[in-house]
Amino acid sequence: MTTHAGAVHAHEAPQGFIRKYIFSLDHKVIGKQYISLALFSAFVGMFLSLLMRMRLAWPTMKLPFFPDGILPEQYLAMVTMHGTIMVFMVLTTAPQSGFGNYFLPIQIGAADMAFPVLNMLSFWTTLLSLVVLMAAFFVSGGAPLGGWTVYTPLSAIGQIAGPGQGLGMTLWVIAIAIFCGASLMGAINFIATTLDLRSRGMSLMRLPLTVWAWFITAVISLLAFGVLLAAGILLLLDRTAGTSFFIPGNLVLTDKVIPHKGGSPILWQHLFWFFGHPEVYIAILPGMGLASHVLSTFSRKPVFGYRAMVFAMSSIAFLGFIVWGHHMFVSGMSPYVGLAFSVLTMSIGVPSAIKTFNWLGTLWGGDIKFTTPMLFALGFVSLFVSGGLSGLFLAQTSIDQYLHDTYFVVAHFHLIMGVAAIFGIFTGVYFWFPKMFGRMMSDTMGKLHFWLTFVGVYAIFMPMHFIGLAGHPRRYADGSGAAYLASMDPVHVFMSVAAFVTIAAQFIFLFNFLWSIWKGKKADINPWQATTLEWGVPSPPPHDNFAGHEPPVHRGAYEFAVPGVADDYIMQTTPPEKVAKA
Amino acid sequence: MPSATITEDLEILNAGGGPPANRGIDGGDSRGDSGSFYARERRMYLTGVSVALAGILMFFMALASSYIVRKGTGTDWQPIEMPGILWVNTAVLVASSITVEVARRKLAFAGGVSAFRNWWAITTALGVLFLGGQIVAWRVLADQGLFLATNPSSSFFYVLTASHGAHLLVGVLALLYVAVRTGQAAWRRRAIAAEGIAIYWHFLDGLWVFLLLLLNFGR
Amino acid sequence: MGSKKGNTGSAATATTLALFLVALTVFTVYIFVAKPIWSWFPPAINEIGHEIDRQFMRTLVITGVVFVLAQFGLAWVVFRYRTRGQRATYSHGNNVMEVIWTLATAILFIGLGIYAQRAWAEVRLKPAPPDAMRIEVIGQQFKWSFRLPGPDGKFGKYKFEAHPEQEFTRDPWVVDADDPDGKDDVILGPGSVFAVVVDQPVELLIRSKDVTHSFFVRELRLKQDAVPGMTVPLQFTATVPGEYQVVCAELCGQGHHLMGTFMKVLSREDYAAWLKDMTAE
Repeated sequence: MTTHAGAVHAHEAPQGFIRKYIFSLDHKVIGKQYISLALFSAFVGMFLSLLMRMRLAWPTMKLPFFPDGILPEQYLAMVTMHGTIMVFMVLTTAPQSGFGNYFLPIQIGAADMAFPVLNMLSFWTTLLSLVVLMAAFFVSGGAPLGGWTVYTPLSAIGQIAGPGQGLGMTLWVIAIAIFCGASLMGAINFIATTLDLRSRGMSLMRLPLTVWAWFITAVISLLAFGVLLAAGILLLLDRTAGTSFFIPGNLVLTDKVIPHKGGSPILWQHLFWFFGHPEVYIAILPGMGLASHVLSTFSRKPVFGYRAMVFAMSSIAFLGFIVWGHHMFVSGMSPYVGLAFSVLTMSIGVPSAIKTFNWLGTLWGGDIKFTTPMLFALGFVSLFVSGGLSGLFLAQTSIDQYLHDTYFVVAHFHLIMGVAAIFGIFTGVYFWFPKMFGRMMSDTMGKLHFWLTFVGVYAIFMPMHFIGLAGHPRRYADGSGAAYLASMDPVHVFMSVAAFVTIAAQFIFLFNFLWSIWKGKKADINPWQATTLEWGVPSPPPHDNFAGHEPPVHRGAYEFAVPGVADDYIMQTTPPEKVAKA
Repeated sequence: MPSATITEDLEILNAGGGPPANRGIDGGDSRGDSGSFYARERRMYLTGVSVALAGILMFFMALASSYIVRKGTGTDWQPIEMPGILWVNTAVLVASSITVEVARRKLAFAGGVSAFRNWWAITTALGVLFLGGQIVAWRVLADQGLFLATNPSSSFFYVLTASHGAHLLVGVLALLYVAVRTGQAAWRRRAIAAEGIAIYWHFLDGLWVFLLLLLNFGR
Repeated sequence: MGSKKGNTGSAATATTLALFLVALTVFTVYIFVAKPIWSWFPPAINEIGHEIDRQFMRTLVITGVVFVLAQFGLAWVVFRYRTRGQRATYSHGNNVMEVIWTLATAILFIGLGIYAQRAWAEVRLKPAPPDAMRIEVIGQQFKWSFRLPGPDGKFGKYKFEAHPEQEFTRDPWVVDADDPDGKDDVILGPGSVFAVVVDQPVELLIRSKDVTHSFFVRELRLKQDAVPGMTVPLQFTATVPGEYQVVCAELCGQGHHLMGTFMKVLSREDYAAWLKDMTAE
């Protein structure tokens, strides 16, 4: 930034509490709203996982509100809601809609998103979706028990299929349909903003990798959520209007014949996974972008293979749309189709490997500073490797016949799209907190949080792979149904204890977060000595970000350790003539 | 600068509230004048519309694939006779696509606003007529005893036409919005709105033809 | 951070992180080598099972090497390049290396994926041999039932199969009385155990009466969803006599975890005796 003199505010700050904080059009407020929504949802989802771990380790233990212990149907309702809340309300909202809304416009030098009203609408629609989803807990029959994939016909034939499959399931479908609408609105905004509101000099190859990740994620959302919406509408009609899209004929439950015929359960699975697999990348891509960004910043070294990173993210997005069938190898789908999906899926390991190599290349020869965000980014890389490699087993048709629907799968996707993505979110919180709130988070508490979480998640999910290898099916309320599961009981106890410790550690984070908002050390404008545009505006940034200027951009996003330059970083906005020589 | 309503706020934001400062640095700037702001705004809105169309297309492709799969796997598929009025509706919609294009092009000429308003009104009327025609088609089917849950083919007929109709209804509301606001002389974004809505309208027209062919020849 | 106090604690943090990554890797590899009972599959009882195990081991070796190299590599760079006041190397990457690791992983991963299809083709793409013993497996909430075609080797039609146009109000999963093929069918009702003959090819015809279930026997290394409205075949030849646990592997409702039974693999004589027992009732 050169001068603020004579700047005209293009976007006047609204007055009054409601316009400023509730129905705000400011992308930064909306970003914070999304982050708050995700934080709330994360704690709800985590609480559900706590109850699930209680049930798995001590099936008969009595708990407050559960006088007879947690019943199997209650356990399955927790499974369903934990998955749904975490996938949709946390992993889809926080990294993309939360951080993306807040930082994408600033990082490209724009005053706001392209369509602020649409932006506000997409947040409030998401909130509505969350409210409808949560309502499922409180209706008669409770929350649905069919898992977050809601396979038909279990999810399509109503209360007769089990507790929670009545009104609770209907609310679930409505909530997800609303969420699809919200995500589509968000995706349109992200794409238009990135394409058309970049500042002068901000060419595509100068974009921070975070922006690339948000942009590519928005494209995935745009193409995936419409399909889920269509599937959700058809499912809703099967449930309420008597159609038979997904329900075949002659089903008999409790001696009652279900009055539907001809539908295809596998059709639901195709539609769901056509969305569901890209959804995995919606969750993880922003984390990948942020990991690249933070690894470069704190190793004081340019990103290794910037173009390769962009290429890898784009190919992951593309391949993500043609591999959905690997969730369905044993679903009754044609085995020839399974064969094709298997080979395609193995090829998605290639761009993932490219990314890992480039992260190591970025660190190699660096000057690594171990700040809290850096630790989480390093944790992300480790988790991404561990969680990704197990995918190579599952992608193979023959091996998947054994591993499908065992705890091996649960361990795999929790490491890679659950925990790794959450580490991406933590990286973002610790990294951007000073910019968002103008104060630093406590480094001591941050590091304690990191160590407990990093060790904790490995202690939970590494053993989980092994009980999967031993053939423990997932979504079992306990091991009483098969004798061989008894040998795994001690492992369940170990994982549950690890989960309690890890969950307890999250309260350190929550305390640090809230405490630092008011009591943290005041942050400088650029506490990390980073290069991108958000570090050139005050902390927190003013309402219109650049005070009416359009900041000119002079170079790429990762100019660290440039030879012949005094500092070990050059900001994107620093004009060449102002760069101090060594 | 007052920002009394959301729309005004949006306009101020997007159009820029005044002469932009800080234009001179970095050796001159080719898009410092307000004309370039208009061009950028136009590009942004058209990007938004085109991107939205991609999402809508995926929605309909999911339904169309389901149609083909469901027809192929189920044994209970009974083809339904397309009500004749659908062909009339199709003609109406194609005509409206032409009138919206004529309307939009009128704006390119100075003083073309009144011609624009007339053609725009005709388009809106044709859009409403199409929606009415679709409801008549539903009545024709209902009279034959074909309802949403009667048969998979009728289920898909209602789902596809209702989904398309809902999108077209949004289009009609957008047409009405522009028709109302066109009266305001100072409305700078009339041409952008007209162009964006025209693109959307052509898309729905093409989509309908595709759906009709699917329903008619794929039954 | 800041350049002045940037070094404090970096050695301790770097060392701890590096040691943790090494310990994690070593411990994980140790469990794969030691194979305690809760961490490993039981011995396979069919040829395909052994082939799947071999493919698993091939994959394990390759991913294991990558896992160890990547985690050790991360530990190494973290320790080696911790800040000590040095200046980082200025590099934007290396295209030759990008091409090398892209091609190397592509060949390795896709090659492995293609190799895995052999066992898949053996089970899924080949028709079952004509002498295969055919057994219908039916899943319902929350029990398995079975049906044998009897001496004629043919299954009778269920009522809804014999009269596809008819609307039923009572359970149509009853063998149609008019179908001669069904006279000798042996029905093992919900909750039954089933048996196969050792070394004899078997073709299961897997179906469901209500929601989706999944038939899974660890020792066969095979799993197949029971999809309502479909009949999905699954073939194998069990070579080791014994009794093996069958579980349900697809979430089917609140009793999902209790939906188990057993598969007996019997010698021809024992099977004949078992079948006699079953039909005597």
